[in-house]
Amino acid sequence: MSTTQSSNPNLVQIQSRQGRIDEYHRLRDKVAAASQKSGRQYWRSLEELADTEEFKSYVYNEFPEQAAEWNDPVGRRRFLKLMGASLALAGVSACAYQPRELIVPYVEQPEEEVPGKPLFFATATPLGGFGLLVKTNEGRPTKIEGNPLHPASMGATDVFAQASILNLYDPDRSQNVLDRGDIASWSSFLGTARTALEGQRGNGGAGFRILTETVTSPTLAAQLQGLLREFPAARWIQYDAANRDSANLGALQALGAPVNTVYRFDQARVVLAVDSDFLQCGAGNLRYARDFITGRRLEGDTREMNRLYAIESTPTNTGAKADHRLAMRPSEVEAFMRTLASQLGAGGAAGGGATYTGHAEWIAALARDLQANRGRSVVVVGNESSPTVHALGHAVNAALGNVPNTIYYTDPIEAVVVNQTVMIGELVRDMNAGAVDVLLIVGGNPVYTAPADLNFGDALQRLSEGQNKLTAHLSSYFDETSLLCRWHVPESHYLEAWSDARAFDGTAAIIQPLIEPLYGTTKSAHEFIGAFGEQPAVNGHDIVREFWGAQTQVASGGDFEAAWRRILHDGVIPNTAFQPRSVGVSGNSTGEQQSGQQANGTTPPSVPPATNTNAAPGGYEIVFRTDPSVYDGRFANNGWLQELPKPITKLTWDNAVLMSPATARKLEVETKVEWRGGNVSSDVVEVKFQGRTVQGAVWIVPIHADDVITVHLGYGRTRAGRVGSSTNDSKVGFNAYAIRPSNAMWSGAGVEIRKTGERVELAATQIHNLTMDREPVRVGTLAAYLESGDKHLFVGHHDEPPDGMSMFPPNEEVWPVREDIPQWGMTIDLNNCVGCNSCVVACQSENNIPVIGKEQVMRGREMHWLRIDAYYSGDAHDQHSAAGPFFQPLMCVHCEKAPCEPVCPVEATVHDTEGLNVQIYNRCIGTRYCSNNCPYKVRRFNFLLYQDWDTPQTKLVRNPDVSVRSRGVMEKCTYCVQRIQWAKIEASKLRRPIADGEVVTACQSACPTEAIVFGNIKDPEARVTKLRNGRRAYPLLGELNTRPRTTYLGTLRNPNPEIEPPVGNTTEKREGIHHE
Amino acid sequence: MSSALQEQPHEEVAESKSGYAVIAPGHTFASVTDKIASIVLRKRTPFGWFIGVAIGFMIVQMLMLALTWLLLRGTGIWGINVPVGWGFAIINFVWWIGIGHAGTLISAILLLFRQDWRTSINRFAEAMTLFAVACAGIFPLMHTGRPWLAYWMFPYPNTMGLWPQFRSPLIWDVFAVSTYASVSAMFWFVGLIPDLATFRDRAKNRFVRMIYGLGAMGWRGSARHWHRYETAYLILAGLSTPLVLSVHTIVSFDFAVSIVPGWHATIFPPYFVAGAIYAGFAMVLTLLIPIRKFYGLEDFITMRHIHNCAKVMLATGLIVFYGYVIEAFFGWYSANTYERYMIYNRMTGPYAFVYWLLIMCNGVVPQLLWSYRIRENLLALFGIAMVVNVGMWLERFVIVVTSLHRDYLPSSWGNYLPTIWDWATFVGTIGLFLTLIFVFLRLLPMISIFEVRTLLPEAQVREETMPTTTTVAPAPAAGD
Repeated sequence: MSTTQSSNPNLVQIQSRQGRIDEYHRLRDKVAAASQKSGRQYWRSLEELADTEEFKSYVYNEFPEQAAEWNDPVGRRRFLKLMGASLALAGVSACAYQPRELIVPYVEQPEEEVPGKPLFFATATPLGGFGLLVKTNEGRPTKIEGNPLHPASMGATDVFAQASILNLYDPDRSQNVLDRGDIASWSSFLGTARTALEGQRGNGGAGFRILTETVTSPTLAAQLQGLLREFPAARWIQYDAANRDSANLGALQALGAPVNTVYRFDQARVVLAVDSDFLQCGAGNLRYARDFITGRRLEGDTREMNRLYAIESTPTNTGAKADHRLAMRPSEVEAFMRTLASQLGAGGAAGGGATYTGHAEWIAALARDLQANRGRSVVVVGNESSPTVHALGHAVNAALGNVPNTIYYTDPIEAVVVNQTVMIGELVRDMNAGAVDVLLIVGGNPVYTAPADLNFGDALQRLSEGQNKLTAHLSSYFDETSLLCRWHVPESHYLEAWSDARAFDGTAAIIQPLIEPLYGTTKSAHEFIGAFGEQPAVNGHDIVREFWGAQTQVASGGDFEAAWRRILHDGVIPNTAFQPRSVGVSGNSTGEQQSGQQANGTTPPSVPPATNTNAAPGGYEIVFRTDPSVYDGRFANNGWLQELPKPITKLTWDNAVLMSPATARKLEVETKVEWRGGNVSSDVVEVKFQGRTVQGAVWIVPIHADDVITVHLGYGRTRAGRVGSSTNDSKVGFNAYAIRPSNAMWSGAGVEIRKTGERVELAATQIHNLTMDREPVRVGTLAAYLESGDKHLFVGHHDEPPDGMSMFPPNEEVWPVREDIPQWGMTIDLNNCVGCNSCVVACQSENNIPVIGKEQVMRGREMHWLRIDAYYSGDAHDQHSAAGPFFQPLMCVHCEKAPCEPVCPVEATVHDTEGLNVQIYNRCIGTRYCSNNCPYKVRRFNFLLYQDWDTPQTKLVRNPDVSVRSRGVMEKCTYCVQRIQWAKIEASKLRRPIADGEVVTACQSACPTEAIVFGNIKDPEARVTKLRNGRRAYPLLGELNTRPRTTYLGTLRNPNPEIEPPVGNTTEKREGIHHE
Repeated sequence: MSSALQEQPHEEVAESKSGYAVIAPGHTFASVTDKIASIVLRKRTPFGWFIGVAIGFMIVQMLMLALTWLLLRGTGIWGINVPVGWGFAIINFVWWIGIGHAGTLISAILLLFRQDWRTSINRFAEAMTLFAVACAGIFPLMHTGRPWLAYWMFPYPNTMGLWPQFRSPLIWDVFAVSTYASVSAMFWFVGLIPDLATFRDRAKNRFVRMIYGLGAMGWRGSARHWHRYETAYLILAGLSTPLVLSVHTIVSFDFAVSIVPGWHATIFPPYFVAGAIYAGFAMVLTLLIPIRKFYGLEDFITMRHIHNCAKVMLATGLIVFYGYVIEAFFGWYSANTYERYMIYNRMTGPYAFVYWLLIMCNGVVPQLLWSYRIRENLLALFGIAMVVNVGMWLERFVIVVTSLHRDYLPSSWGNYLPTIWDWATFVGTIGLFLTLIFVFLRLLPMISIFEVRTLLPEAQVREETMPTTTTVAPAPAAGD
């Protein structure tokens, strides 16, 4: 599948569609009139001639009227009616109810548009700024892929980008301009707002405030700065719940400027992650994961692996991948860094402050390892760490000579760097002081996300109610903030509006719309801000194009039109990546912050947030983090993400108070697996932090630091929409923002936790995390791998059954395979998998997998074809001994001797000549015998009607190449058979065999670390074949003689021999993961 | 025929070792016919019957509601999930099919073995078989995701050119159960013909006479009729006999053919058959003891019958218990991680209480039947039969649920909790069963009149007095 040239012709097509429909009506009327005149008439039956009402309705519905109501929740009264209807249905061949639609051929075929053939367009995501390729079918975006040309994506995507397409079609999206809740028009808003702004002109806009999220869009920044030139006294405030204040302050302290740090993990031999989940969170995580795994990848003759140490106060995917992981309290991290810095002789780092006394040998070994890899190591500090830790991190990196080999500094990717926490505090102060007259909130949801101590909501409400005050909120949803503003303007989704964004290294990309806005009333931020400028009617396209037209690096070629087309095609604006910038490390990184040079001349951050040093021993500490599924809450109404099992906890539809087993024992709280299949009852605790309380359910994580709790943000929304809102009947998590103060945005000490005695039920997709000596995930060490001469490191004697165990002849005899028929197979390299969940959402999006809701997940009926199992090793009750979780993506492994096949009574699951175990939905009667007999339990059953047949928007999001399954049928991974077919058709058109790598499954394509490889295992040169025959390959449950086509490659650890002496006997090569 | 078998009828027929006769002394041909026929051909229906039918019928309404809701919403209204894809539906199916086995065993195998005590209870047991199979049949149909397409499991010529998958045990089930149901129905009906003729002849009401007359199919009791009847009955008995063994063997294949630890066991076929007979006799006792009392049938269903049923239960119960022991032994002896964990989990996992309850119900409590005094005590026997009924249901629960809920990969382990709709369907079929039994008791002779008459001393043909011509009626149960 290739990218198609040029901007989107579908826009043209859609605009002209209405015109064509009108034309069709006119034609039809003409034909009807003509046939009236002629003598002969044709009719299909006497009823038609009679033109009775019944016949009309019959023709209209094709099936009896009640038939359509199969979809609806059935009320008592309809019970009998339906019984009657089903009798009537028996006489009619079964099929789906078809709504009336006009089938109209294209009068003018849009450029490149071939019905049934998807087109791909390059765009970018505003969250993270990496490039995307979006697939459209007949003008509607259906699937998001990464843009291989974009340095931050390299073809991969994260869960948010994958799932964002569902937000586009969310029926809960706001569709109208609202004035105090009443529907109004854009022009009336514009009139009011411009009038209010005119009133501000006199005092230079002293009462004018604009509140945005972090702006990485160069165009939007230019627009805002233009507006600020008009109103010099106005203020532009940025606030994001997940901001980079700490990182910026740390850089300012250490380097004298709030620079952006870019890591080159592929160059690093030793990586130390300090409270950093760089594999999963933050800008550039896709690229970082790719680079990090590149340094670990064991393909071909590679004999080297990087080594990852992780220090963390809350379990992350990065910690799970670490060779050595140390769980510690957030307050101890700074002391740890100080100890490390002093051992590495980082300039003046050991100056003051407490040092960390525990794990001395561990730290000494780490220091020696870092020292031994000077210039080839990375110390990466998480955005959530305190500025001091960041400063220490910069000092250590400098001391190790890592700059510029593995780390370089650039200008910030934010257009303007400010201390967001301070800024929003000032805004609230101004609002309360009556200094604000006009407040435009562009995106974001500050009422929900602002620090709890600011009471932003109260201030906004008072402002909105004030005389001659104007508040307006541009937002995709009518959310908590919209409710308290006077005006609400619906915001366009990024797939339907023009914009641009910068990625982690500064690379800019154009956000190109894929579809006309579904709701004509929506505005993009550019159009919203532009409306207050000189040309209020200018559309987003022109604004963005004009901005880049003026940029030298684009326009330099002279022919801007050609350059612009190239940019849209490639999805990357050339030469926009920031150049490395030299900065000096300040000698006094631990002392008071330096008043350094400020980028873009904004106000310097006044006071850094207090670091939580020397917390009272014995007390509890709290860690705030964005949620791995719903982020800061903006994805709360996204069903795919709500139902996405969180990487570490496998929890869905809820956040929880995460704590270690020891802490839970101390608090006398517990979680208990209940009876329904996926439901876990959990004690509710009241968490009191700085005088504010919130109640949440407990979740116990074996590797969590003791005496620390983690709460994830983004839940407990009240106005998210019908998916994500908590109501009195059903709670969707709890709102951790309610206890998140501005002086402890990411962590704090002095938390009181009280058991309430109440219990609630949570829904998890995996409730057993121990392997029970079954070794589904096989773990070895690099040393053993290098020393051992075994052809197969991970295959034990019990993995392959002896020959002649089966009554059935080998497959090759049953189906003589023709030479030209490929045999599909897959390998999943567990060494590469970081458990990021991208594949899970990609699969859901590609294969039209329904969302079933918390109640059904609690019943153990989740529909994901692809799941990621997570297993712990060691003592699950000891934070230092417990290791993992080890991730294992698992979907149908397409057994050559599939246990599901012989037990199906109706041959609904059979083998094809290419080795796929295929499921025929139409033939399935739903005995579920196949699922029972599947040792991998990868089959999914439609216990109820899970697909939404009614909401018009959800019809648009579906992949037309994949059947939509109805109630009562079994489904499972198909190896993306539709993509295989596509490749086969393309190849056969050119009369050539399918090349290796031509078929890319959805999970494979989304994977940032290329852990999944798919191909023809008959081809000895194919990558999949080589991996399959590699030393780390093993079949999952191979001893059952299922002969799975998916092969796993065992994961290797690279422990520091000083910390973990190698096992002398090489036959002890498999560590195994033990039941406690 | 062996001489040992032939010996018995020539002895003092009615006496057994326990001292009880198969029919109380003092009865004549006429008194037997009068007593049994009067239960049906009476003007007044006992009030208790109405109460029984009313309760049963109400429960049937619940079944209808549950099934209608099931058809409208899908199998998701039940507690099943992944990994436990089969729940109450299959448990109940196997349970009901098992209960049916006693009827076939009594009517066919005991007939061939010339166990004369079967004659008083075979009609009733056969009826029980039919009704149990009817209840059982509901489940495999309704548990499919799309019941309206379940006919695809039959090999019928169709435009798609598709046949069922003959490797699947579920297809074997379809054949086994449908054959079982049809042969049982045939056997039952053929056995009813002479009695229906008796009813026709004794009915006062013209309408009733017509109805029974239709069922009697022109039976006049001629020697030729008797001859053909005997032949047909023996042939059907011969056909039914393998079914006793085959049906539950095939039902057990549903499990044994799979690769699920706890299902994949070679002991399943014999142990399922024994379990089925065990369950069947328990159900026979459960129903016989109150009915015998209610209708005053102590003369025909004597303590001899009760003792024999109890002894069969004891014997089959021991086989079943042996099965449990061997399952556990092989779990350990296999040295296979999955098998070992399966049995360990059964005994100590979340459903351990069900397992130990099962051992208690099916293994421990029935040992009381060794005692003569317990077998004499009807109340105790009824209690034990009830316990075994429950135990056999628990056995299927243990097999289906505990095997599935923790199989190969710990990541997909889960639990299973039945919903109110599971219970409504299960209890509903019990209601259906009871209703059918009550209707049967009211409309048809629950004891075979003509066969019981052969138990009377005057029916015994002694060589020295035997006339050279063929006896017209009543004939011996099994003519030579």
